[in-house]
Amino acid sequence: MSTISPQRKSGQRKSAQKPEGTAPEARRSRRVWGRPDLYTSYRQDMAMLNTRPKQLGVLAIVVLAALLPLTTSDDLLKILGTGLVLAIGAIGLNLLVGYAGQVSLGHAFFVGVGAYAASAIAGDPEGRYIGFGIDVVPVWILGGGIAAALAGALVAPIATRLRGLYLAIVTLGLVVIGGYIFTEWRDLSGGAQVGREAPQPVILGSDLTRDGAFTQEQKLYWLFLVVLIISAVLARNVARSRIGRALAAVRDRDVAAGVMGVELGKYKLIAFVLSSFFAGVCGSLLFVANGVFGPERFTLLLSVQFIAMVLIGGVATISGSIMGAMLIALLPRISAELPSFLPFITSAANEHPNIFEVEIALYGALIVMFLLFEPRGLFGIWVRIRTYWKSFPFSY
Amino acid sequence: MSTPTTGGAHAAPREPVLTVEDVQLKFGQVTAIDGVSFEVLPDELFAVIGPNGAGKTSIFNVISGVYRPQQGRLTLDGKRLDGARPAAIARRGVARTFQNIELFANLTVIDNLMLGRHQHIGYGTLSALVWLGRARKAELQHRRAVEEIVDFLGLAAWRAMPVGLLPYGVQKRVELGRALAMEPRLLLLDEPVAGMNLEETEDMARFISDIRGELGVSMIMVEHDMGLVMDLADRVMVLDFGVPVTTGTPAEVQRDPRVVAAYLGGDLDTVPDAPAADATPAEIHSAAVEAEEVRP
Repeated sequence: MSTISPQRKSGQRKSAQKPEGTAPEARRSRRVWGRPDLYTSYRQDMAMLNTRPKQLGVLAIVVLAALLPLTTSDDLLKILGTGLVLAIGAIGLNLLVGYAGQVSLGHAFFVGVGAYAASAIAGDPEGRYIGFGIDVVPVWILGGGIAAALAGALVAPIATRLRGLYLAIVTLGLVVIGGYIFTEWRDLSGGAQVGREAPQPVILGSDLTRDGAFTQEQKLYWLFLVVLIISAVLARNVARSRIGRALAAVRDRDVAAGVMGVELGKYKLIAFVLSSFFAGVCGSLLFVANGVFGPERFTLLLSVQFIAMVLIGGVATISGSIMGAMLIALLPRISAELPSFLPFITSAANEHPNIFEVEIALYGALIVMFLLFEPRGLFGIWVRIRTYWKSFPFSY
Repeated sequence: MSTPTTGGAHAAPREPVLTVEDVQLKFGQVTAIDGVSFEVLPDELFAVIGPNGAGKTSIFNVISGVYRPQQGRLTLDGKRLDGARPAAIARRGVARTFQNIELFANLTVIDNLMLGRHQHIGYGTLSALVWLGRARKAELQHRRAVEEIVDFLGLAAWRAMPVGLLPYGVQKRVELGRALAMEPRLLLLDEPVAGMNLEETEDMARFISDIRGELGVSMIMVEHDMGLVMDLADRVMVLDFGVPVTTGTPAEVQRDPRVVAAYLGGDLDTVPDAPAADATPAEIHSAAVEAEEVRP
């Protein structure tokens, strides 16, 4: 537990000898070695990474993730890149489901809206499909996000009148309607089984899909990593702000939230818009990560995969969303490796049990096992490990 | 403790903060409250008592906008209050606590108190996304206000813990703190000491009298602990089956035979003559016993 005691002298660091009595905001925050939970200012306590170990740990993870492409094969990088993109969508869904407590099976719809909006903005104006030819990366990423956010804003008024199972069914209907529109609007999507080309990722005039000093996979991986980090920071900011608290209040006790002055309808709308925005950003990049992406991919299965990411990663945590997305993205690769450890599983599609069947079964098994044994997901496992070492050698 | 911006000091003296006129609330054919009228004056602690199911909490739900009455009129500072949504009523300066604690169990004590300040924190979603600048400045400023409430209620030890893990008595205190964080004009306390032991009750009584002394907030309190009500309240309204029995100072109410009948049962017609105005508790008690005896 943290204690805030501005008067405490640390006596161990030079910065501790500053005179007292200045205004709290003017006084520089200081850290006491070996007391990671001792805060000397509210700003320190409110920081996103509010302990030294967290700061160093996250820095190490980011550096490792950034250096990974230099030592990893391109086919694995492609999977990891897809995982990074899915993580953005999982963060969005977690804002809606985890923080605001609104069950949604419609996430794939918003991902699809983002994907097609982005590829329409970036697409070739002379080509077969709708295209405006603006292939600058930030423009079509934001365009995809904003288009999906608008779709979210249109859906939110219905959703704010329903809750629980009813909301889940309505959002399920959204996926069905969306699937139909995506398939039939051939000028936009290319039609079933065909799909359209992904938006061209161009930054500062250079096309990331052309191999140069680095391969296409490496450059795209870095792009995805940067967008994911920005998304994660934005989402954490929302979560720790007045907005995030209001969302949690709506989730935990909506009557009390209203009596506290939290407008229920407004915050459900905000939750839907924010969640859809991240879904749209995810969709625009998912296209790039996968090359061609047919409209039949934005179905209930994709929504369920996002829900699996949130549940496995950790409800109402941003880092959990990222962990869950990476695990789900790596699942096909993991099951592809299984035959070398478990000889009775084959990689031939016409024999049983094969890796594709195992992969599907693993989704279900993982969700069931996490809900039963670790409802807080991968993030919960991490918290246990952390707590174990925090209180070591005691178990309490 | 910061002075509430909506404090009672600048209101015209003795102009009621809240007036409730002839409110009727029905659920289908069941009448929860009927013909309830009262006024709450500035700095006043107005208590509502009555047997279980008398409609005390329903009155709170009507005032805070959770229920809409079928009939009647409510005004806060002379302006209509009924018909508004709970969030709008909260913005007008009505804060409340709940009989069964309604805290946000997964949030820390600080976050629960910060939620109380929700309506006072101004920044929007875009500032929240960026955080640096406007949002952080506002959060720091309001955090400081919240820490004053933490000090006032002695919650420092639990500040960073999720409230769901805290003991019952402390949760009650956090809930009071959350209502105070709203800087209310009118504070509704729904059984603030229910289920508390003697020490916790004494602490809560002290907090309530401190709130009156230091903040000058008008309060309505529903409570079953008669000792607390009689010690703290300026005026008491007694309800029975949704109908007001009497309203008066604690001493007047204690002497009223109809109150005795409401609590101990019996029909008013069969209640023996009211004890004299200066009746001792023993006389009231014997009157009540007689009332009990004639009950079918």
